Amino acid sequence: MEKNYKYDFPLLRDNPLVYLDSAATAQRPYSVIEAETEFYQKYNANPLRGLYELGMNATDCYEQSRETVRKFINAASGKEIIFTRNATESLNLVAYSYGLTHIHEGDEIVISIMEHHSNQLPWRMVAEKTGATIKYLLCDSKGHITDEDMDEVFSERTRLVAITQVSNVLGIKTPVDKIVSRAKQCGAVVVLDAAQSTPHMTIDVKTLGVDFLAFSGHKLLAPFGIGVLYGRKELLSDMPPFLSGGEMIQSVTRDRVVYAELPHKFEAGTVNAAGAWALKAAIEYIWSIGYDTIQNIEKTLVKQAYEGLTCIPHINIQGADNPDEHMGIISFTIDGVHPHDVSSILDADNIAVRAGHHCAEPLMKHLGVPSTTRASIYFYNTSDDIDRFIESVGSIRRRMGYGE
Amino acid sequence: MENSRSFYNEILTDHNLHPMHKHELDGATMRLEGINPSCGDDIVLNLKVKDGVICDGSFVGDGCAISQASADIMLDLIIGKTVDEANKLKDIFLRMIKGEATADEIEQLEEGSALADISHMPARVKCAVLGWHTYENMMEGKTDD
Repeated sequence: MEKNYKYDFPLLRDNPLVYLDSAATAQRPYSVIEAETEFYQKYNANPLRGLYELGMNATDCYEQSRETVRKFINAASGKEIIFTRNATESLNLVAYSYGLTHIHEGDEIVISIMEHHSNQLPWRMVAEKTGATIKYLLCDSKGHITDEDMDEVFSERTRLVAITQVSNVLGIKTPVDKIVSRAKQCGAVVVLDAAQSTPHMTIDVKTLGVDFLAFSGHKLLAPFGIGVLYGRKELLSDMPPFLSGGEMIQSVTRDRVVYAELPHKFEAGTVNAAGAWALKAAIEYIWSIGYDTIQNIEKTLVKQAYEGLTCIPHINIQGADNPDEHMGIISFTIDGVHPHDVSSILDADNIAVRAGHHCAEPLMKHLGVPSTTRASIYFYNTSDDIDRFIESVGSIRRRMGYGE
Repeated sequence: MENSRSFYNEILTDHNLHPMHKHELDGATMRLEGINPSCGDDIVLNLKVKDGVICDGSFVGDGCAISQASADIMLDLIIGKTVDEANKLKDIFLRMIKGEATADEIEQLEEGSALADISHMPARVKCAVLGWHTYENMMEGKTDD
C-alpha cells in the first residue's frame, strides 16, 4: 500500500481539511518544525559573530544549511548561495543590484506574460529607472510558448531574461532550455523564478545554465521567512550590495568600506539561521521521499482531478489539455459563478483552494479571464481529497441556484 | 464551517441570478461607481432622488454573488424610502455585518437579513457592503472624479 504522507504533517493528520493550496504555501512536516525548534533549543546564538562555542555552533548550522542548498540545486560553490527571506526578495536583490548597474537605456528585458508579479514588478522598476524596455514573451491560450513567440521578443538588445520555470496559474513548465539558449545568443543573463518548480522537480543550475535562480522555502515545506538566491559567482562578485549594514562588511572606517566576501556581502543584518536550519531539514525530507515518488503521486492525483473536472458541465479548465503538463496546479472557472463564491462554497465543505488573479494579472488579461479558482496538489494529498474536491465542485452550480 | 453552506441561501442566489434592479436607469439624479478590489467587484449605483425621496434606483456591473445580491436587496429596500429612512437602514446593515445590530433592527432589513451570517466570513464582508458603501459615499457627496 502506498504511504499516506499526511501522517508526516501535524496540521494534516487527523484533520478533515482538504488542503489544495500548496502552490500558495506548503504544509510543514514534523521534521521541519522540529528542526526550527531544535535550533533555538540547542544552537541559538547570533551566527557569524559569536566567538564562543555556541556562536560557532550556530554558524556551523547556518553554513551546513547553505551546503545542503548548494547540493540541492547542484551549484558549484556555497559562495553562490545567498539566503534571503523569500523568492520575492531574491528577485528584488538581482533587480536592484545587478539590474540597476548593468541595464542601460535602450536595452531590452524579456519577461514572460506568465510571470508572478514578483518576477515582473522588479524588472518594470529597472526599466523605468534605466530607460530600458520590457518585452513580454507571450504564450498561447494553453500556456505554450512557441519558437515564434520567442522570435518576437529576442533581439541584439536583449540584456536580461526573467522567466518562471513553472506558471503559478497554469502549472505549465516553460521551455527554459530554449529560452536560455536564445538568451545566450543575445549575450543576455537569465533569471529563473523557481518558486513553483522546486517543490516538484530536481533543479540543477549547471544543466539549466541560468545565471540567477530564486526560490522560497515556504513552498518547499520549510518555514516562512527563508528563501534562496543562487547567482553565478562571476556575476555576484561584481555586483554592489543590495542591503547594507551589519555582517556584510570586512572593514569600515570613517571614509572607507570594504565589503565582505561572497555570500555574506548579500546577507546584511542578523540572518535567519533557524529558518535555514529548517530549510535543510525540508530538503532532507524531500530527498528521503525522492522527486520520482513525489512526481508519481502528483501525476496520478492531478490526472484524477483533471478528469473529474472534465466530467462536470460548465467547468472550464485553464491551460494545457494534457494533465501531465499541469505541475500540481489546475486553475478553472465555473460558468456563472464567481471564483470567490466557488472558494467560499468549497470552504464550507472544508476544502481550501485559492481564488483570484493569483498575482498574475497580465496573464489573466491575456487569457481573457478576470480571475480563476486554483486547486494545487502536493504529494501529501490523497485520492480521497480529490474525490471530495470533485464532489463539492460538482454541486456548486446547483447550490448557487442553477437548475442543471 | 456550515456557515457558508447555509450562507448561499435561496434569497441570495435568487437576487444574484435574477436581480430586479440590475439595469440602466433613465433620469438618474445620482450616479457613483463602487469597487471592491479583493474580488474585482465593480458596480455603478444609480438613484433618482426627488424632494428627499428615493423614487427609483438601479445598478449595473459585475462581481461575486454576494456583492450583486446585496446591491439588489439594498435597492429593494431603499426605493420608495426617504433618504433619511434609507440612511438608517444603511447604518443598521453596516452594524449587522459587524455583528452589532439587534434582532429588531435586523428585521427592518427584510431580505437584507439573509446576509447577517457574513459577519462570520471576514474575507467576504467587503462584497456584502459594496452596494451600501457606494450608497453612503453617494450621500456624502463623493463623486467618481
